[in-house]
Amino acid sequence: MEHVLEITDLKISTLRGKETVPLLDKVSLKVGRQQCLGIVGESGCGKSITASALLQLLPYPLSVTGGSAFFTASSQARMDLLTLPPKLMRGIRGREIAMIFQEPMTSLDPIFTIQQQMFEALHFHYPHMTHADRMDKSLSMLRKVNIPRPEQTLASYPHQLSGGQLQRIMIAIALMNNPRLLIADEPTTALDVTIQMQILELMNELKETNDASVIMITHDLGVIAETSQHVAVFYAGHIVEEAPVNELFHHPQHPYTKGLLQSISSLTGDSRQLYAIPGIVPPGGSWAAHCRFAARCSHASGRCLTDMPALTEAAPGHFCRCFLHSQEVEA
Amino acid sequence: MTSKEHIIGRRLSRGDGLLKQLWQDPLGRAGFLGIALIILLAVFAPLIARYDVAQINARSRLAAPSITYWFGTDNFGRDIFSRIIYGARVSLIVGLVSVGIAAGIGYLFGLAAGYFEGRVESAIMMLMDIIFAFPSILLALLIVAVLGTSVVNTMIAIGIVNIPVFARTVRASVKAVKGTDYIANARSVGLKNGAILLRHITPNALAPFTVQATLALSGAILTEATMSFLGLGIQPPSPSWGSMLSEARTYMEIAPWMVVFPALFIILTILSFNILGDALRDALDPKLKL
Repeated sequence: MEHVLEITDLKISTLRGKETVPLLDKVSLKVGRQQCLGIVGESGCGKSITASALLQLLPYPLSVTGGSAFFTASSQARMDLLTLPPKLMRGIRGREIAMIFQEPMTSLDPIFTIQQQMFEALHFHYPHMTHADRMDKSLSMLRKVNIPRPEQTLASYPHQLSGGQLQRIMIAIALMNNPRLLIADEPTTALDVTIQMQILELMNELKETNDASVIMITHDLGVIAETSQHVAVFYAGHIVEEAPVNELFHHPQHPYTKGLLQSISSLTGDSRQLYAIPGIVPPGGSWAAHCRFAARCSHASGRCLTDMPALTEAAPGHFCRCFLHSQEVEA
Repeated sequence: MTSKEHIIGRRLSRGDGLLKQLWQDPLGRAGFLGIALIILLAVFAPLIARYDVAQINARSRLAAPSITYWFGTDNFGRDIFSRIIYGARVSLIVGLVSVGIAAGIGYLFGLAAGYFEGRVESAIMMLMDIIFAFPSILLALLIVAVLGTSVVNTMIAIGIVNIPVFARTVRASVKAVKGTDYIANARSVGLKNGAILLRHITPNALAPFTVQATLALSGAILTEATMSFLGLGIQPPSPSWGSMLSEARTYMEIAPWMVVFPALFIILTILSFNILGDALRDALDPKLKL
């Protein structure tokens, strides 16, 4: 399959004083064309910094300390996003790779109208576009994302619109320059469930009509089920399980993934207490040299507390980092 | 500044214009009127003043306030009312120019420190802290002592002394704005640093800066008065409220009007700017609005 993005052994670290603390540890991922890759995990497991690293937007003092991320642009040129010079990177941002953030209410500048902000996104990549063309493009994008009365919306300020409308506008701005890859960082977390559903459907639809690929970052497995073809489960800065979406939901291998699946509240289930995985994610810098989930795992045995399991193929296309499913031990 | 018009324009569009809001606040209105009065006096000084400010009249030395000399005369027989009117010019110009210097340089420093973290920030803030560590009057006097006494040097000295306050204010608001999602979004859309700084950060970080400028104005006028009082500010015979007070010191007991009137005008001006600054802060704070 053709891959739009291939991340290999990505490492990200931060500085604590003079000490380098790893936050992301050898993450490898692939995103196929017109595919949606889901990244799931708890807060602080490295999902969002992976996305920021791809656009070279890591906040100081975080930095990429290893690995590569080869991206195939619409010109078919292949480039390593991590080492791209800033000038070329700006050409990628917004045009080849677009991003949608978690909080639509705060992701637009409060002092400019929607029109000014849509024009700005167009202006940077197409400085010679005429006013009429920009207007046409903005209006048609707003119609695409089902904004009623687009002309009126263009003249509005962000505080005059609802969260659902703003997230649609964010999607419209993100897709305006026909990006090859859309990174959605918890795009529906701040929205209520009915709006969530509409936004996800919209993204699925636009992915196909725009020939775009998507990286869906979330902590909500329900969102993954709606959108993704392939899933990577992050835990404490590395991947603990990776599989096609059906395989993962029906045959989860890693105890952490099983725990996540059990924690989903169900409308049809009995009224037992909602399951919670005991403990918290160990913060960066305090990772054990052995299995990082061992402290919270009910299956942890001797080997889990001394060695680090490798990411091994448990079933075809299904990778898992757990001794329960791997035969050999890797140091 | 266009960015400022953006903020004001937006508030006007919401039907709660900044100026209107200031006017509805009794304190804001008082500050506004006080400043307007001083500005009018300064602008129309040649029309209002009744005598030449430097004209010495030995026969009417130390005359008490009367119909001829509204505020009395000083030890050289000069009309105090006229000198106060012309002194308003000096005070306002010194205030505006020195705050302009402080705000301009302070803004650039604050912007750079807040936006480019790390070494740039440490270097700038260290310099600011060094300036900050001196009592401001003392530092201003030191600068004037080095540069020499003149109106321009007084303005430069007061300007330099006020840079750190602006740099700190701007740095804090730039940091707050920089962390917002819309800045992250602007970056992910592909905007350059310059465009982000100018179009998104500057206008959003402007409110505290505007308030600081009003407050600094009164501070600058006061510093000028103090420096002139100490003899290192505006030099005679130019009329300055501070130097008038300084000269009055010796005659305080026999001619109290020499002290009272310049002091009253200093109080009026400082109070007006402070009150307006407070009202402006309230008007610009969205949290105080319902």
